[in-house]
Amino acid sequence: MYNTGKIIAGLVVFFILATLPFLLNLGKANAKIEPSIDTPEINAMPKKHCVEPKAFMRSEHMQLLNNWRDQVVRNGNRIYVGSDGNEYPISLQNTCMKCHANKKKFCDKCHNYMAVKPYCWGCHIAPKENEA
Amino acid sequence: MSMNRRQFLKLASASTILGVGAASVINNISNGSLEAAQIHPDPRALKAKRWGFVVDVSKLTTDEDYQKCIDACHDIHNVPNNPNPRHEVKWIWKDTYEHTFPNTAEDKIMNRELQEKNFLLFCNHCQNPACVRVCPTKATFKRESDGIVMQDMHRCIGCRFCMAACPFGARSFNYTDPRPNIKVENKEFPTRMIGVVEKCTACYERLAVGKQPACAEKSNGAIVFGDLEDPNSEVRKLITEKYTIRRKPELGTQPSIYYVIGGGEHA
Repeated sequence: MYNTGKIIAGLVVFFILATLPFLLNLGKANAKIEPSIDTPEINAMPKKHCVEPKAFMRSEHMQLLNNWRDQVVRNGNRIYVGSDGNEYPISLQNTCMKCHANKKKFCDKCHNYMAVKPYCWGCHIAPKENEA
Repeated sequence: MSMNRRQFLKLASASTILGVGAASVINNISNGSLEAAQIHPDPRALKAKRWGFVVDVSKLTTDEDYQKCIDACHDIHNVPNNPNPRHEVKWIWKDTYEHTFPNTAEDKIMNRELQEKNFLLFCNHCQNPACVRVCPTKATFKRESDGIVMQDMHRCIGCRFCMAACPFGARSFNYTDPRPNIKVENKEFPTRMIGVVEKCTACYERLAVGKQPACAEKSNGAIVFGDLEDPNSEVRKLITEKYTIRRKPELGTQPSIYYVIGGGEHA
């Protein structure tokens, strides 16, 4: 084999460079993302609850919102019955964001972390927030 | 591993069946669509087989009367007021007799008063809408339940086929971001974004909670809204009692706006 030394040295350098980001962060705790639910509306609730349980909302809110959208726009169904039996008007602006009035500390927290850019806010009006 | 033709076909068909079966199972699990019991319309919602309007412009005398209807609609729906007339966005607007009924306007000896009158125009919510036929994404569609021609902004790709198809000019395109041109935003209703087509939606969001369309509410009886398929509805009574015409009926789109013409002593 020709140039064994150079090839192996090169491979070692490549390996170190490629894994550098992982090596540098080894053992460090991941920055925790905690969407805040600290809004006056939510704090005023005797028992804090969303339209569905927290675990479901965390993993499935996009599907729920997609279904909500189709039901309202295309089928004219505007009332959602949650698994807790309560009825909620289906509306991003008037139901979701009435409680979660802190888009920057709630929606954007995870969306920025995951680098997803949902285009909800191109049309739907986000609640007014004071810059903290 | 060697395999004869027979074994290969067996294996291939078995794995196909397994694959198709598994896919349908997985699809059913991850379908995530809502159950019928989870969702229903608001009990206050107004219902009809086919919504329609009767517009009697003789009840609109001053410019303010027209403007009141236009503002009522444009304010609650966040319709931008674009300073560039070529980029105008409108859901309801006022125009001359000549532009409203172009095929009858050449008549020189007809009633001058009528010919000089302005008319209130908005989406005709046609029974046979041309815009719906041409939409490549089904962003605009006719609601089966009540005949409203709806516009799903989430699906609109801004191709503007519908604008070319609509014979009534009821559709506007957002050439620019509409947000800066909305003076006061109605926080209860979304705006639109650059690159989508918008139009009158017969106030579907108000009908859903039992309210009349905003223009009809503010028009002092000049715009009457009701069910065209119900022989006892107010609109049907007006249409039978008075002489009404529709815009460009010869195109066969069956518009749902009836304009009361005359209706005086000799009508």
